[in-house]
Formats: sequence, C-alpha cells, structure tokens
Amino acid sequence: MQASPSDRPVLRLSGISKSFPGVRALSGVSLALYPGEVTALIGENGAGKSTMVKILTGIYQPDAGTIEVDGQVTAFPTAAAEATAGVTAIHQETVLFDELSVAENIFLGHAPRGRFGLIDKAAMVAQARALLARIGANLDPTITLKDLGIANKHLVAIARALSIDARVVVMDEPTAALSYKEIEELYELVERLKAEGKAILFISHKFDEIFRIADRWTVFRDGELVGAGMMNAVDEAQLVQMMVGRPVDQIFPKRQHSLGAPVLTVAGYCHPTEFQDINFTLHMGEILGFYGLVGAGRSEFMQALFGITRPSKGACRIDDRIAVIRSTAQAIAHGIVYVPEDRGRQGAVKGLPIYQNVTLPSLGRTSRHGFLRLAREFALARQYTERLDLRAAALDQDVGLLSGGNQQKVVIAKWLATRPRVIILDEPTKGIDIGSKAAVHAFMAELAAEGLAVIMVSSEIPEVLGMSDRVIVMREGRMVAEFGKAAMSPEALVRAAAGIGERAAA
Amino acid sequence: MSRALKSREALLGLAIMLLIGLIATRFPDFVAPSNLANVFNDTAALIILALAQMVVILTKCIDLSIAATLALCGMVAAMLDVAGVPMAVIVPLAMALGACLGAVNGLLVWKLQIPPIVVTLGTMTIYRGIIFLISGGKWINDQEMSPLFKSLPRMEFLWLPVLSWCAVAVVAIFAVLVGRTPLGRSFFAVGGNAHAAVYTGINVGRTQFAAFVISGALAGLVGYLWVARYAVAYVDIANGFELDVVAACVIGGVSIAGGVGSVGGAVLGALFLGVIKNALPVIGISPFWQMAISGTAIILAIAVNATEGRSRGRVILKSAEHVA
Repeated sequence: MQASPSDRPVLRLSGISKSFPGVRALSGVSLALYPGEVTALIGENGAGKSTMVKILTGIYQPDAGTIEVDGQVTAFPTAAAEATAGVTAIHQETVLFDELSVAENIFLGHAPRGRFGLIDKAAMVAQARALLARIGANLDPTITLKDLGIANKHLVAIARALSIDARVVVMDEPTAALSYKEIEELYELVERLKAEGKAILFISHKFDEIFRIADRWTVFRDGELVGAGMMNAVDEAQLVQMMVGRPVDQIFPKRQHSLGAPVLTVAGYCHPTEFQDINFTLHMGEILGFYGLVGAGRSEFMQALFGITRPSKGACRIDDRIAVIRSTAQAIAHGIVYVPEDRGRQGAVKGLPIYQNVTLPSLGRTSRHGFLRLAREFALARQYTERLDLRAAALDQDVGLLSGGNQQKVVIAKWLATRPRVIILDEPTKGIDIGSKAAVHAFMAELAAEGLAVIMVSSEIPEVLGMSDRVIVMREGRMVAEFGKAAMSPEALVRAAAGIGERAAA
Repeated sequence: MSRALKSREALLGLAIMLLIGLIATRFPDFVAPSNLANVFNDTAALIILALAQMVVILTKCIDLSIAATLALCGMVAAMLDVAGVPMAVIVPLAMALGACLGAVNGLLVWKLQIPPIVVTLGTMTIYRGIIFLISGGKWINDQEMSPLFKSLPRMEFLWLPVLSWCAVAVVAIFAVLVGRTPLGRSFFAVGGNAHAAVYTGINVGRTQFAAFVISGALAGLVGYLWVARYAVAYVDIANGFELDVVAACVIGGVSIAGGVGSVGGAVLGALFLGVIKNALPVIGISPFWQMAISGTAIILAIAVNATEGRSRGRVILKSAEHVA
C-alpha cells in the first residue's frame, strides 16, 4: 500500500520495533516524512503513535529498525541530540517553562552569546521577535510564558522549532485544547511551515482536520503499520475502516445480561465549562460504556457524579430517591465509587501497606467506638484481595512495591470493600498487560452478574464493544449518541466521537 | 508500619544507647537513673511538641508557629494565675487557646489554600506580637506567680515529676491516635497521596485542619508547663524552639514530604537531641557544638532516608514481587 514518494523523504524510519515488559508497542513499522508536506499519523489509543513520537524525539530507543536522514542511515536520536537531529515535537500540553520569558523559552540551551560567554539578552529578544514575526505571531518576547494561553504556547514551541532549524516538526494532537479560532490560526501556521519546507508529522483523531491539512496518511493499528498513502486517494470511510477494522482477537467474557431495576438516574447534569445536559438511567447488572476522544468530558462528568466537583444543574437519583452528593464521602455513602484512571496519582497511597489501602474508605466499618480493629482490617483486606487473586507476599507490604496490575487490583479491592451499588471504572485497563486486562474484564462481568451497576469509561473500542450493554458517546462535553448492544459498531463509535456525519440514534 | 521504619527506629535507639554509653565511659554519673530521669524531664516539652509537629508534617504541612503558640499560651496562663484564676481552669484554658490558635492556621490552610509554611511563618510573628500587646512587653516573674502554678510540673509521684508524666501520657495517647483511629490513618493518607485520599472520601483540608488544632492544643499545654517550670513569662520564651521541634521529627524519620513517620521515631528523635543537649555541658563542650551536632544528625537522617528510598527500585520482574 506504500505510495510511491514524489520526492526523497527527509526522514525515513523502517522496521521499527519496540517492546515494553508485557506489551509489544511497535512491531516492524515504517514511517516516511517528506519536506514541505504534512503526514497524518492515524490510529486508536494504544496503536503506538505516542511510542513512535517518543522514538522520533529520542525519548525511547527502539529495539530494532533503522533511521535515514536524507537517505543516509544514521544513529537514532537521543533526547539531548534531538535538537541537532532536527526533530522537534509540539505536544498537546506543551513542555515549556512557565516562569521563563518567551525569548528565553525559544532559545533555552542555544541562546546567542555575547562577550565573556554571557547570554546576549538584547540579541536574544531581537532574534525571538524576528522568529515570531516569521510565523505571524504577534507576541512580546519579553512576556512570561505562564501569561500566555495554550495556543500562544504552541506558537512559542513552533518558534523554538524554527530557532533550532528543525527540519521535522511533530505535532501531537495540537488542537485538542484549542478554541475554534485558535485552531484556524494553527492551520495557517502549518501552511507556513510547509512553505518553509518543513516535514510535519501531524497526529490527530479529528478527521475533518486531517482532511483539511494533511498531504499523506499513515495508519497504525495495534503497533503495526496498516497502510500509508496520499490523502487525495482515500476517504474517511476507508481510514476509519483501517483504523478500527480488525478481527476480534481479544476474547471478552460471555455474559447473560438480564437487567435489573434502575439504580442510578442522572437528569440534566450540567457544568459551566466541562459538560452539558447529561441524562441516563443505569440498571442493576448493567455495564454502561462511555466512549469518546480524550478531552470529551467523560472523566470530568464522572468526577462531578462522584462529588469531587459540583454540577451547576441537574439531579441524581439513587433507587428513585434524590441523592445529594457534595463530597466524595457522600458519594461513597450513597454506594457510588470511582476507580480513577491515574492509579499513581489518584489510586494507591504509596507508603501505606496493602491492607491499609484497602480499608481506607471503609474505616467506619473496621473500627469500634472510634478505634480501629486491626483484625477486622486484615480480614476485610484479605477477603477482597483474595477474591481478586492478588499476588503479594503479605498484606502489610507497601503498595508501592507492587506491579501496576497488582496496584490496580488493590485499588479495585479498596472500592469493592465499601460494598458499592454503582462502580465507575475510568480506563480500567489502560497501561496494563494483556493477561491483567483479561482478568479485569472477567471481573467486571462477574460484578455485573452480581447485580452491581458498572459505568466503564474507555477509549479502547474493542473493550467498549466487548464489554458494554449500552454505550454513550460524548463529544465536546455533550452526549452525542447512544447505542444499544445491537447497534454498536466500531465505525459508528468513531464517527460519533469524531463528529463525522449526523447525530446517531439509539 | 513497614519493616524499614522499624529497623530505622532500632538504629536511632542504638545510636542513643551508644551515645549514652560513650559518655558513661568518662562520666559515669551521667547514666545514674536520677540523672537519666532528669534528662527525660528536660526533654519532655520537646517530645510533646515533636509529636504535635509530627501529625502536622504527616499531612504534608508544617507548623512554624508552634513555639510562638507555646509562648502566647504560656503568657496567658501566667496572667490568669496572677489574676487569681484557679489551676483547674488555667490548664484547660491554655490548651483551648492553643487549639484556637492552631485552628487559625488550619483554617487559612484549608479554606484559603495558602501554603502552610507561609501561613505559620505569618502567625508565628503575629502570635509573638500579641504577647507583646497583652503584656506590654513586661515580664511576669517568680514572685508574681502562685506557688501551686509553679510547683505543679515539678510535683513527683511514682519517681517522676508531673512534667515527665505529661510527656508519657501524650506519647501513649498519640500511639493510639496515630495507629488506631480513622483520623490517625487519614493523616498518613493525606500526606502520602492527597489525590487518592480525596477519592476515598477523606476531606484533605479538614484533616490538615485537625492536625493544626492538635498541634496548637499541645503547644498550649506545653506553654503552661514551660512558664511554670522556668517560673517566668515574657515575649521571647522558647524563641527558635520550633526548629528544634522540626529537627526532632526529621531525625526521627518523619518525612518532610508527608505521609511517613511514627510515634516511636519522633520520640527517639527528641530524645536524641535531649541527650546531646544535656551531655555536652557535662563533657565540657561548648553549647555551640550542640548546634553543629544536631545539624549533622539532621543531614545524616535525611541521607539515610534518601538511600533507603533509592535501594528499593522498581519491581519490574514478575518473579520479584514475592521477594519484595
């Protein structure tokens, strides 16, 4: 499927493989970037796009493969040599220094030197002003970076790319956090960079922008190259098909789903900035999937439902009684628990032993007259960790010493020990190996079979299709589609999430 | 807590024993039971405040106003005594005042989200200023205080003075509070991982507030004990003592980053400083050396912490999980 290159690529990677313990992130993929052209890199979450970017920018070294610059095989870049290799990346959340000025950010590490090797500040500001003018950015180089919005930070990052004379610019979902007008300005900038002969790798989930600015496409799926070619020879449907169309190679647990009574009804939940008009009813024994692109407002809504933030409008009923949830403690008391996405930050308390992590939300039940009973704590922790088949030497071992998969089990055990009615799992299998994934899926099915209502926030299409009884798709803070088991298809989910075509009906 | 901490406390205990043994080889009188009891009595205030500071540090905060709170409560206790208020009222009032001063710190940290170091640096100066305002900068001395006010901390029963028994009682209460109550557990959770604590239904700000109130109340108690023991109250009593208190915590293995620490560690940290402080004059070393020695002890303690953290490493191998 490789399109014949119209001219020589400035950068060509071939046969790139990269494995992490338990996961094969990339296997034998190739990627070519051409001067003055935008190549769109397309793929689901977990397809290997980010790994590729990290190899390009020298953060990871690949296990196998070659890199050619101008047709010459060279060494892979290291992070320090990234600038000299001429590759620079602009991330979703740009990695710059908030407390430094715009000019200092642009020239950090290669500032113009004056007498005695000191930084020539006047020259630096003047050069920065020239660079910013070149990309049409009307910014004062002496302003502190933290005073700029994300769009302007992107401009600074791009000016930095020009200052090191980068020949390849990687843009990793640069529009994810931008407003409509800022996105238009970014497109113009991409055109300018093309005119300067830069090769651009553009990563995006939004098909409209891919068709708007890309010249070539490359699709990854599950760490493999599916295809590459020219944009003018392909349509949306074909790209979506390549992106998701795969044999169902993961086996999901078979479930006899018989839905019970409604447990949770959410009516008209709104937030001033994060989401709007969320309505649904969740039944006992149901697994309700929430699908959407990163930043669609799914986790934000869940956090409001769990009492971490407060909705501006809307009501929540549990067992047909109004439930007022103003704090996480109240949510837990109402039988709602939330297993967050970021285990490191929001899940386990490192430094505390396993059993104390498990009993943390259940201290009321493990204490008598206000004093904790260690025997009860151990009994409770043992009951739920055994159920999850936790591999650990002892329950008084520090959680921080466990592997990611086992930490996840401790976090889930912690929530089950509160005997919840509704469990919200946010990206439950993100970043864990395939074996642990299957265990988590089997466990979710088991919970639903026991009558628990499960909400699963997931960006992985196979998981959403394989596990959910019903899927709600969110885009830009709103529910845009709802699919029953029969109506779900990978194409329909991607189309709804990316905003292709019309609003789909249930 | 974890085995590493236990061994760490054993190490500190051993260091104190070694220190005492070393001194005993040349000054056998130092290890006489009566002298050791004196050393303990002299360290009692530090022990109580180190425990108070420990719960604050566990929640990833710090209370720099602890000595100023002590001084203000001590001054108020002395003024109440001069005014003829009975002892049964003075001590509870001093503790209540301390708790209120701690609550001010706690509320500023909880409701306004001001960094604790800034809050308590500010209140430290304010509380000292209040002492000056209410006392007019004057001392309350020996002759003005009632005999019972002065003698209570020195009264002996079961071979130890009341001051020492206060420390023993606080240690016992803290062992239960920290190890066996939901509040004690939430101190560790809040400091260990504030985000995770939120998700488990713990109110992070309220937990930090509780730590500041406890710290203030104990500073109030020590305020009375201090003024009564030295039989004098003035603006600058216990000036700079907050640093000794933090030092005792750090030497005792309480992590400034929050979430790590133990009652035993904080007590041993305080005793370590107490032994050095009492031994140096005996050996005939200038008190300035005391500062250098406690400074060295702090850096050593932190170095031990850092290497412990490093040697662990990540468990990547499945087979290593059981070993860990």
